[in-house]
Amino acid sequence: MEFKAFLLKYAEIGVKGRNRYLFEDALVEQIRYALRRCEGEFSVRKEQGRIYADVISETYDYDEVVENLKRVFGLSHICPMIQLEDEGFEKLGEKIVTYMDEAYPDKHLTFKVNARRARKNYPKSSMEINCDLGEVLLGAFPEMQVDVHKPDVMLHVEIREHIYVYSIVIPGPGGMPVGTAGKAMLLLSGGIDSPVAGYMIAKRGVKIEAVYFHAPPYTSERAKQKVVDLAREVSKYAGEIRLHVINFTDIQMYIYDKCPHDELTIIMRRYMMRIAEHLAKESGALGLITGESIGQVASQTTASLLVTNEVCTLPVYRPLIAFDKLDIVEIAEKINTYETSVLPYEDCCTIFVAKHPVTKPSLSIIKKHETHLAERIDELVRTALDTREVIVVKADR
Amino acid sequence: MNMEVYLDNSATTRVFPEVAELMTKIMLEDYGNPSSMHFKGVQAELYVKRAKEQIAKLLKVNEKEIIFTSGGTEADNLALIGAAMANRRGGSHLITTRIEHPAVLKTMEYLEQQGFRVTYLPVDNTGRIRPEDLQKSIRQDTILVSVMHTNNEIGAVQPVAEIGALIKRMNPRTLFHVDAVQGFGKFRIFPKKMYIDLLTVSGHKIHGPKGIGFLYVGEKVKLHPIVFGGGQQRGIRSGTENVPGIAGLGLASQKIYENLDEDTERMYSLREKLTEGVSDMKNIQINGCPGREGAPHVASISFRGVRSEVLLHALEDKGICVSAGSACAAKHPRPSETLKAIGVERSLLESTLRFSLSLFTTEEEIVYTLHTLHEIVPLLRRYSRH
Repeated sequence: MEFKAFLLKYAEIGVKGRNRYLFEDALVEQIRYALRRCEGEFSVRKEQGRIYADVISETYDYDEVVENLKRVFGLSHICPMIQLEDEGFEKLGEKIVTYMDEAYPDKHLTFKVNARRARKNYPKSSMEINCDLGEVLLGAFPEMQVDVHKPDVMLHVEIREHIYVYSIVIPGPGGMPVGTAGKAMLLLSGGIDSPVAGYMIAKRGVKIEAVYFHAPPYTSERAKQKVVDLAREVSKYAGEIRLHVINFTDIQMYIYDKCPHDELTIIMRRYMMRIAEHLAKESGALGLITGESIGQVASQTTASLLVTNEVCTLPVYRPLIAFDKLDIVEIAEKINTYETSVLPYEDCCTIFVAKHPVTKPSLSIIKKHETHLAERIDELVRTALDTREVIVVKADR
Repeated sequence: MNMEVYLDNSATTRVFPEVAELMTKIMLEDYGNPSSMHFKGVQAELYVKRAKEQIAKLLKVNEKEIIFTSGGTEADNLALIGAAMANRRGGSHLITTRIEHPAVLKTMEYLEQQGFRVTYLPVDNTGRIRPEDLQKSIRQDTILVSVMHTNNEIGAVQPVAEIGALIKRMNPRTLFHVDAVQGFGKFRIFPKKMYIDLLTVSGHKIHGPKGIGFLYVGEKVKLHPIVFGGGQQRGIRSGTENVPGIAGLGLASQKIYENLDEDTERMYSLREKLTEGVSDMKNIQINGCPGREGAPHVASISFRGVRSEVLLHALEDKGICVSAGSACAAKHPRPSETLKAIGVERSLLESTLRFSLSLFTTEEEIVYTLHTLHEIVPLLRRYSRH
């Protein structure tokens, strides 16, 4: 059996009002982005509140297409369809018998035929098609039964120029199409949490940019490569990601020299947020995203979050804030970032971490200690911004 | 100004240009399968034969005793698993040392799971085993002793001939395997005189290609194959011979011994220059056997208060390539078992770098490295985790 088209259903967009077309167009674009990664040629079209992806090429990889469509936020269901030519009703009956035979080896099931006659010159009405095809199937497979209320298999038959038949429904990822909810700047560290945070916010339709703080020679090229790899995994869901790589070493050293050691991490994080916000505003992003989760480490206590949050004027989205580590790991495994995240390269947050970093920092004290940096910090931040490297990460085939 | 200085020759080496040339010719022109019956096959077979001759001559052994493998790891696996399985009836006891390469240690672990018992000999603080420990460990049912010739992390050299004689005196049936991946090409090794039954060598540590190595298998040694197939190499190692690799390995072996004394002498004096040059920095420790007792190409140096990974990347930034521990394990850094075994204190385990030289290393490169170390180490010591 060969599926030559996919019916792609969406859920939440359906409830949108007059701007609905914007959501649909974004969804179509994301579907095209996903299919570009697949072997074969496809055409995606919008028709009467539904989206279809037709297979144009002679061959394609069904599993690969389904795998990639399952990553398109906004899709609620993916339905592979077979395409038949109209050669009269009798032939249609035969082909549907063959379809059911191949699709359901075990015939002990209940079904219902649900016909849609979009081409009105077809000789039978929808109701007639339902009844007559039901009869044909019952004749061919005596074990089958009709159940019009809760059938095991809902067999859809759409009569248009061609005839489309589908009954398999694969759940999509849900969410909103990326690009319909503006843009946000993700602080991507290379750990387990931040890629998951980016994924979750992207799922609500937000386009992602990312910033990574690199600290050579304390962090290695491999650590940077790891972050690029993580961004690539996230981009399989979130679309193309611009990744800003900031050389953070001099800023870190300067803080190390001028501030108490147990406050190093928290002050560092304040500068990371400041830099991220600067990049966000520059690129038109409307918020920041972090993978923070209350109490996970010293810099993520509620007291610490208060202190780091204070430097931001943009909203900071923290989708994992109330998640347990194991729940985060579960998502990381699902989106295929976990294995990369746990590669043992140091990131810039751990290299100088004090044995006992402050867990209840006081904002006023931190602010006072930050004044020790007055002499050079602006210049260092400026340089870090000016010398940043921008890597465009996309999920290619 | 940066220069590129490659001091990671224990990880791998640059291929001799003549070797690359020869291999290119074989891949493009003489690409036959040695098992084929036509002239292309005959041509290819000649390359294999020639490489065997080159190697056999250097080791003073018979050509038939050379079995080509995919490298040092496979040769070690074949030696240990092959000999253990073939000699099961003679006993189930094996002996090795605590500072072997993972290719030996992990294979020993596997054999333990298969029901063999393994004794792991300790080493002294220069990295050498004590003959009396070995003597006490050899029993009637000891079927094999495996000792590395030169250690990859600290350059310690075992008294192989002495060990071989001792083994045969204690139990003539016990086989002696030597992993000479780091020793071959630096020392003259003669299996027959040193009572070695099995000897592992790798191509890419001696300016030959990667993916090729050999196991010397003494004529009388019984070995079970671990790779099955078309029955090439007397059935001990099936699989179409890697002809370009084999030819490259043969030529590299020949070349590395051409001016051995001169080359090792130069490496010894460069290594000395390096270890002496760093010793005026405070809190430095040279591990293993310094001086002529150790290998000419490996210097293991601990820098107290600096994390090796950081120093490595700082050197890399200046164009200098070194290794933290051994490269094979360095992608997943964990404290080195070898350094622990020679009693390096815990705080230094993660502050140790390996500098490994080759016959291409120049004095200028060592001077530059010393200069860079003097510049970087004090700077890095200022910033530390505490």
